[in-house]
Amino acid sequence: MTEAVATSVSLNTRWRAWAIPAVVVILVCGSTLLPDAMKVYPKAWIVPFIDWFRELMAWLTQDTPQIPGLPPIREFTRAFAGGLNYLLDFFKSLFATGFHFRPGDGPADLPPLPWYLVIGLAALSGWRLGGRKLAIITFVGLLFIAFTGNWTSAMLTLASVIVAAAVSAIAGVAIGALAYRSKTFDRLLSPFLDLMQTVPVFAYLVPALMLLGFGPAAASAATIIYALPPMIRSTVLGLRRVPSETSEFGRIAGCTPFQMMIKVLLPSALPSIMLGINQMTMMTLNMVIIASMIGAGGLGYDVLTALRRLDIGSGLEAGLAIVALAVILDRQSQAAAQRSGDHKHDEQASFFMRHRVTLALIAITAVTYAIGLFEPATAYFPHDFVFSARASLNEFARWIAVNLSGPLNYIKTAFLWTVMIPTRNFIGGLPWFVPPLLVGIIGYAFSGFALALLSSVLVLSIFAAGLQEPALNTIYLCGLGTILSLLFGIPLGIWGAKSERAHAVLGAICDTLQTLPSFVYLIPVVMLFRVGDYSALIAIVAFAIVPAIRYTDFGIRRVPKHYIEASLMSGGTREQVLREVELPLAVPEILLGVSQTIMMALSMLVITALVGTRDLGQETYIALAKADAGRGIVAGLAIAFLAIVADRLVSAWSHYRFRQLHLT
Amino acid sequence: MERLYKLLKLAGTATAAAILMAAPQATAAPESQDPIKITLNDWSGQLISSKIMGSVLKNAGYNVEYVQADYLAQLTGMQSGDLDVAMEIWATTGREALEAAVKTGKVVNLGETGMVAKEEWWVPDYTFEVCPGLPDWKALNKCAAKFATTETAPKGRYLGGPVTWGGFDEERIANLPLDFTVVHAGTDAALYAELDAAYAKKEPIVLWVYQPHWVPIKYKGHFIEFPPYTKECYDSKQYNCAKPGGPVWKAAWVGVDKKWPGAGKVIRNFKISNEEMGELVKKVDVDGKDLDGVVADWIKANEATWKKWIQ
Repeated sequence: MTEAVATSVSLNTRWRAWAIPAVVVILVCGSTLLPDAMKVYPKAWIVPFIDWFRELMAWLTQDTPQIPGLPPIREFTRAFAGGLNYLLDFFKSLFATGFHFRPGDGPADLPPLPWYLVIGLAALSGWRLGGRKLAIITFVGLLFIAFTGNWTSAMLTLASVIVAAAVSAIAGVAIGALAYRSKTFDRLLSPFLDLMQTVPVFAYLVPALMLLGFGPAAASAATIIYALPPMIRSTVLGLRRVPSETSEFGRIAGCTPFQMMIKVLLPSALPSIMLGINQMTMMTLNMVIIASMIGAGGLGYDVLTALRRLDIGSGLEAGLAIVALAVILDRQSQAAAQRSGDHKHDEQASFFMRHRVTLALIAITAVTYAIGLFEPATAYFPHDFVFSARASLNEFARWIAVNLSGPLNYIKTAFLWTVMIPTRNFIGGLPWFVPPLLVGIIGYAFSGFALALLSSVLVLSIFAAGLQEPALNTIYLCGLGTILSLLFGIPLGIWGAKSERAHAVLGAICDTLQTLPSFVYLIPVVMLFRVGDYSALIAIVAFAIVPAIRYTDFGIRRVPKHYIEASLMSGGTREQVLREVELPLAVPEILLGVSQTIMMALSMLVITALVGTRDLGQETYIALAKADAGRGIVAGLAIAFLAIVADRLVSAWSHYRFRQLHLT
Repeated sequence: MERLYKLLKLAGTATAAAILMAAPQATAAPESQDPIKITLNDWSGQLISSKIMGSVLKNAGYNVEYVQADYLAQLTGMQSGDLDVAMEIWATTGREALEAAVKTGKVVNLGETGMVAKEEWWVPDYTFEVCPGLPDWKALNKCAAKFATTETAPKGRYLGGPVTWGGFDEERIANLPLDFTVVHAGTDAALYAELDAAYAKKEPIVLWVYQPHWVPIKYKGHFIEFPPYTKECYDSKQYNCAKPGGPVWKAAWVGVDKKWPGAGKVIRNFKISNEEMGELVKKVDVDGKDLDGVVADWIKANEATWKKWIQ
């Protein structure tokens, strides 16, 4: 029986091995003979999705009730925004600006938490969570932020992160618990989570502004939407992994379903939830930076204004302040996640002994804050201490732009002629029906009819929305970006897996690339290579290479040591072991890296729009500038559809490879 | 915690009101103590206009709050009354959006700021050496090949502004005609980063420049001279002439005139010239001075000017 299945599958795979490339080649070559008129999706068949979404938004934001008898939806969203604004206002006052009770922008009536107290408390928390090393990282990072003059902006950003992360954490755990309880809800939720992660934030910022009003709440809500999926997913995962004995025990103890969730299941799932909180916090920070570029204040805004006057030095310093903040948040939440498993309780000690550290901290906070009350100046970082290297950094950037542009531009010209321009012309020259058909065939080959239909329909609907040209540009830029990222990233990952020193260096580079706002290095890149697709491609690769490196490194490191020893003993050389044992065994992780690389490349579209590409990212950016909610949503969905198709095809391929590996 | 904060806020407002009522006023008492929310966009000129306006209003006894907002999204904010005043809406980039907002009846145009926006193709002066006859457009067209790059050859490369700025450059190239291709920068940061590098290397470049802005102050260059602008040239959708200049307007939420009628008048009176703004922008963007300091100096030096706005 199993043998019969095996033969039929392997027959099947053998058929696919030559038939698919053949069909693809015939289709592509044959289609170049077709007349030019077939290149463009027929205008008459364009579906007015954009108008539909515009009407939907108009209906959602109208002043008259949508459902008779109830207040209009806007009232509800405004009330929600009001609450969120209060929270944001409170934390921003507490950390950055101080409290203003009188209207206007005079001096604060109550000072913010003193800067040295925040640094001290953060370092202490680092020490408690992760020992001396984490304390030093935290301390040095925050001092860097303060001395480069970015303290207030960094605290504004931190306040936004805290509010958005707290709301996401609570909402994420609640929704995750619901999804764990109800299979139907889980299934309904899944596509929404995909969309929330892949639709770029520019696309729903205009609707958010319309519904939530002009203020920090809109940006914060957009951030929460973006950061929720990993929180929900890790909660569900954590709950599913709770051993059945544990829940059995709860049932015997007579818990109600609610008690069961709060007292038994959620505490047992805590390690996984904490991991979700770590990821979610990082995504929140990323998004807070992008949101502040469109007017929410904080470090992202500083980066943008500095670069607008070509003050690259200041932009870089603000960017590095973001990196410092990100590293501190990441390490501390990771350490908290690792510690969440072990609980220590010393029930014997008295209340004061058990809480002596907490009590001491409360006392210190009260005393330093009181000092700030009487001498407000002490609460703010003194201006005279600020040290900035921006002038020399600016000189350095200009020096590079002038002196290195010659040789680097030879590479650029060669690459443009041999790779980029041909690829763009090729993709742009395909008849319109080829891309939808192609993804369908690939989907059918690796998975089946369902995936083929899904992929074709999604791609076709992008064209039907009238977005063929920007979509093809997107495929060209992100496709090339992904291939280059893998080409450079996988070897680097292998190197990192083999050498501890390389691992450390690459880790630091990856951290920086992932958290430094791309705009900071995009402007110097433009100075070197001018505005155009080449500059955009560099930005995409710089960002998308990170998962390619990380997952390869991780995958190879995870290969059990005894496999490698066995193969070495049976006489394999190092290269053979790498090629024959380690890489094949690391394929699942590497493929996960591939799919993440594609996602990252697509998410960079929003940034490349800032240097002027003509892709779907530019569409969402234009929609934002014109406050056109319909156009933004449609372009955003188009990006999400491409991401979903790419993700499903890659994972279908990896399953297919996996089956092959296990049957031969 | 939140409730405590609300309580504190209430108490604070009450005491503040008491103090303010007791204090003697420099001018007539403002009609409402609520802060007037002035938007801050992301370029220095706008920040300077806004901070000058804010300082003057404060001197007139009003409370002012600055709110960061996107240039075009702020019009949505003013329609809902979340924002009150936007100091710079440029006819060149914001005309349609402002007209649409005014049409809703919730936003009013508070008149011109006195600044006149100009935007046009622009070349650095060193290009005159490789391309004699500049800044005339015919001369530019003759040496189009000198402005070419790998991507655009044999046509010249014109670096345009972000797509959202409009500008009809493609139409002008097709109808004049010009041997150029438009490459759009996505932001003005990218636009002028390229100029900065080209300027340092003395490479030929032709790009979109506008004023008042720090670029035509910092770099030596000229706007290209196209056939003069006529209404007919734009009405016929030929666009084969110079670009129309236009005023920079102030806009406000319609409620401003009801809530703070006096402030509405002060804002209408605000006037500043291109030259004066250019100097202020230079101090901030080119000389690297602190923006608030530059504004404070202006307020000190021009008391006679803004006192007139208040009366």
